[in-house]
Amino acid sequence: MGRTLAEKVWDDHVVRRADGEPDLLFIDLHLLHEVTSPQAFDGLRQAGRPVRRLDLTIATEDHNTPTLDIDKPIADPVSRAQLETLRKNCAEFGVRLHPLGDVEQGVVHVVGPQLGLTQPGTTVVCGDSHTSTHGAFGALAFGIGTSQVEHVLATQTLPLARPRTMAITVEGELPESVTAKDLILAIIARIGTGGGQGYILEYRGSAIDKLSMEARMTICNMSIEAGARAGMIAPDETTFAYLRGRDHAPEGKDWDAAVEYWKTLRTDDDAVFDAEVVIDGASLAPFVTWGTNPGQGAPLSANVPDPASYEDASERHAAEKALEYMGLTAGQPLREISVDTVFVGSCTNGRIEDLRNAASVLDGRKVADGVRMLVVPGSVRVALQAVEEGLDKVFTAAGAEWRHAGCSMCLGMNPDQLAPGERSASTSNRNFEGRQGKGGRTHLVSPQVAAATAVLGHLASPADLSDARTPAGV
Amino acid sequence: MEAFTAHTGRAVPLRRSNVDTDQIIPAHWLKKVTRDGFEDGLFEAWRKDENFVLNRPERKGASVLVAGPDFGTGSSREHAVWALQNYGFKAVISSRFADIFRGNSLKNGLLTVVLDQKVVDSLWGLTEADPTAEVTVDLEKRQVLAEGITADFELDENARWRLLNGLDDISLTLQNEADIATYEAARPSHKPRTIVA
Ligand code: SF4
Repeated sequence: MGRTLAEKVWDDHVVRRADGEPDLLFIDLHLLHEVTSPQAFDGLRQAGRPVRRLDLTIATEDHNTPTLDIDKPIADPVSRAQLETLRKNCAEFGVRLHPLGDVEQGVVHVVGPQLGLTQPGTTVVCGDSHTSTHGAFGALAFGIGTSQVEHVLATQTLPLARPRTMAITVEGELPESVTAKDLILAIIARIGTGGGQGYILEYRGSAIDKLSMEARMTICNMSIEAGARAGMIAPDETTFAYLRGRDHAPEGKDWDAAVEYWKTLRTDDDAVFDAEVVIDGASLAPFVTWGTNPGQGAPLSANVPDPASYEDASERHAAEKALEYMGLTAGQPLREISVDTVFVGSCTNGRIEDLRNAASVLDGRKVADGVRMLVVPGSVRVALQAVEEGLDKVFTAAGAEWRHAGCSMCLGMNPDQLAPGERSASTSNRNFEGRQGKGGRTHLVSPQVAAATAVLGHLASPADLSDARTPAGV
Repeated sequence: MEAFTAHTGRAVPLRRSNVDTDQIIPAHWLKKVTRDGFEDGLFEAWRKDENFVLNRPERKGASVLVAGPDFGTGSSREHAVWALQNYGFKAVISSRFADIFRGNSLKNGLLTVVLDQKVVDSLWGLTEADPTAEVTVDLEKRQVLAEGITADFELDENARWRLLNGLDDISLTLQNEADIATYEAARPSHKPRTIVA
């Protein structure tokens, strides 16, 4: 019988297989950041162990880093101490580090792919659940906890039970207004936040084939929000073209050998998935969340749902709690929800294509009075590219704030936070209670919806904008 | 890791589904660089409400958390497990756990027990009616016991063996050093490297 993409990559990394034991899997790339690594390095130190493969390990700073005044000392002493701990650990153990101020610094899941380190058929881990992002290249990539970080540092392997596989097939043409973010939000609403649990998802079908690498990363990024450890997309010409010439992409004979191998990384026709979901791409529309988990979403044209309409008691209860926290009432049109803050950025939507999409909507328009809009590139490289294209000017001319690279308002670990009761439209991946700051309320949206929302001051898509643009433009 | 054989204690019934790791331990706590001292951050936002179940005087000293489905969703932060342990929890019962959280908890000796929602409902009923009711989680027998409740649970044999013996995964893996070296020697040269010699 044939094998799925996930099974092929898995099998290629088995170091040891024995009855009654989890497989011991080799890890090709280990990404580190300041938050989940300190206790792992401590563990190594206590046991007197070195990092086994420095050449497969790389670190950057992202979660705690400020996005303003980055040349000044970090104001929060606890954040500063955590960054200093990473620097100390990397120096002591010899790990390559890209700290704040370095040209390769950025959100860890933006940095790996842009350096060309994330490649098809590799295993990628990081102490961060959104490691699933790297699956867009046909890599088997998943988030791990700090004990596992230590395990990989010490052994370059992980003992793991083989997950099941689920196909998510998206056929048909996505309408022009529909982005990768809308698609993945719709998928999560359909299968639920636990729907992918125990599975590696493989996104496939004609609508997926047409997506850019950036869009594929947006989709794989949020696999974890459906409960899946990993999401994958088979590598193809789009993938190869993205990788060719990048810093760490193979060259010469190695490139040819790599491409030959990468081309085998497709689910065999006779392979069987443990579960399958089919989505009609043509039926989708811009999608936003109304609740406090990423599965609580609906098309922008819909109304806030009535909790009473849920048959399942725990879902009903969850919806009630969510509306209470979000300060929404059942039946209210989603389009009428006003926001104070708009955030464009994160490892979900902080890549160059995302910034271009947001800028194309904002070009010649103004952010509404009373709305604060933050645009935060996912990495320094993305920022430089955006400046080269003049996108930063589009944002600032519209009244948005153009910031330095980092996780920023995706989570409340750095100075960019919502105040209690504030409401945001955010291109990040989690609308959990307090995620963007204590008491903050988050609506997850695409970059295009974020930009249109900033202009109108309430949840909106570009189609809602009347066309009074001030001609300026890029 | 401390070995886990069986534990008996009072319970905290947490009638919520989808308890994500941002609720278990909010992000600002993640700046700490140790594995201890997270107890005050556990469910920090909810604990502001004096009626939150964890704040009730009768739940003081309870050590078994009985939660709704999809416990531990969200981020990979192991701090969520440390916070539960620092607070004094030895076991968490739910009908479904997020994968990463479950993996993290088993690595730290916090037993996560999957039981049918019906049994979870009975445990909620029992421990809400009688806060002094004790719940036993027996890993040797793979059973949860409480007044009127006997429920078997599953846990794969390997994970159970490691927990029962409190074994350290890294030492176990390093016993297979030769296998790792053999694998490394055969890796193709086109695989990426972060440091190019
Ligand atoms: S951008 Fe957000 S989700 Fe991504 S790594 Fe940073 S904090 Fe995590």
